[in-house]
Amino acid sequence: MRFLPVGRRALLVELNDQQAVLGLYAEILRRREAGWPAAPTDVVPGATTVLLDGLEDPAGAASDIRGWPPVPPPPPSEASVEIPATYDGPDLEEVARRWGMTKREAVATHVATPFQVAFCGFSPGFAYLAGLPRHLAVPRRESPRPSVPAGSVALAGGYAAVYPRSSPGGWQLIGRTSLAVWDPARDPAPLLSPGTRVRFVEAGT
Amino acid sequence: MRGDAPGLLVLRAGSLTTVQDAGRRGMAHLGVPPSGALDPPAWRLANRLVGNTEGAAALETTVTGVALQALRACTLAVTGAVAPASVDGRPAAWGVPLRLGPGQVLDVGPATAGVRCYVAVSGGVAVEPVLGSRSTDLLSGLGPPPLRDGDSIPIGLSGGPVPAVDFAPYAPPPAALDLSLHPGPRMDWLSAGGLRTLAAGTWRVATASNRIGLRLDGPALERAGEGELASEGIVGGALQVPPDGLPLVFLADHPTTGGYPVVGVVDPAGVAACGQARPGTPVCFRLRRAGPLVGRPVSWEPGLCEAGER
Repeated sequence: MRFLPVGRRALLVELNDQQAVLGLYAEILRRREAGWPAAPTDVVPGATTVLLDGLEDPAGAASDIRGWPPVPPPPPSEASVEIPATYDGPDLEEVARRWGMTKREAVATHVATPFQVAFCGFSPGFAYLAGLPRHLAVPRRESPRPSVPAGSVALAGGYAAVYPRSSPGGWQLIGRTSLAVWDPARDPAPLLSPGTRVRFVEAGT
Repeated sequence: MRGDAPGLLVLRAGSLTTVQDAGRRGMAHLGVPPSGALDPPAWRLANRLVGNTEGAAALETTVTGVALQALRACTLAVTGAVAPASVDGRPAAWGVPLRLGPGQVLDVGPATAGVRCYVAVSGGVAVEPVLGSRSTDLLSGLGPPPLRDGDSIPIGLSGGPVPAVDFAPYAPPPAALDLSLHPGPRMDWLSAGGLRTLAAGTWRVATASNRIGLRLDGPALERAGEGELASEGIVGGALQVPPDGLPLVFLADHPTTGGYPVVGVVDPAGVAACGQARPGTPVCFRLRRAGPLVGRPVSWEPGLCEAGER
């Protein structure tokens, strides 16, 4: 665990892997709820980091965290969000080729993968889903599309995602869902937040 | 704009006028930018001048101002960028409460110093909040859209008493930015030469600057090596170094995560000044030491810091 400075009111904790990130994230939220005096106002997980923002005393917070007993891995959440997807994305063929599979096999692989939200960023409700084995990581497209439809099911790096709204995007599009993963008028607005477990199912099956 | 109690009619929306308040806090983990007024002291002052609580939503204009017609009696005030104001064509003072009767028109002209004016109205701008805030977020699209000609802006019931002030002293935006910069998480991504440039260089605010970030033209900051950074959380005021080496200071509508190194963080006073910096404004950085972090002083090379800094 490394502690890095982020100005006068924030702190970045660098960890070994995504499970350690989710574990620390859950522990900070738990302790904040329990009244931790040095608690941050925002806790933002990243790929291998947790950012604590809105700290009165970053050094004190770091010292507290250093003193916590080793954080257990996060318990598997009871619920899993199921995302129905139609696998007709323009990049599905390319992804299957990279994976050395037929399109059917690629879809079956995606549907069989247990995903978990590693972190959110890029736009409200955009959740980076971890779970694909490393060898199935695909690069972003050479040139991003100026407009990716809302609900697009996508892959880039080692992550999967669903675009919460239409935006420019460089990820590989393998399908689409009509499920609104983000709706600011709904309570809760997000369906996917850090730690949420996710499975894709082929729509109509 | 929805609302039950029309208060202001937009006669001239200006180049970019948005509703702003304190923004959306506590949701960065969902990818929601904080948003909110870019110059919080100016925004809070405008609210106080019209008898509102400091956190009421107001209008934030960009360079060319705005023209509003009162649909009922109300009090307005203009702060932030220095700009000529008039009521029904007669010059009105900047930085004081202006009482308007129904039908009267407040026109805020082009800024002569600074970029963004804050126009507060008694009762506050009362559009529907989204995720607890009325702020327009230009990165994510949350909140109300920017003002258009002909929009009707709802305002709340009048707030508190309007203060009896002749003039609220307020320093106009400076002609050059001298930004205090505290250590960031990836300062070791700059080479020694890059750090020296950061400490001693001068940039100019680029025209591509906006509510998301202040872009700078000038010397590129040299990196220590190749490599990519995995996405990590970003704070307001973060100074990020993209591949082209030109520093970018993140402002209110900043993305919540990013994969380019953040080498320092501008303090809140500096961030507010960035919100008023016109393109072409010279910018330099003063590197500040941070306090000990877990028993180890975290700092730039001493030679780069201001002498006597704590």
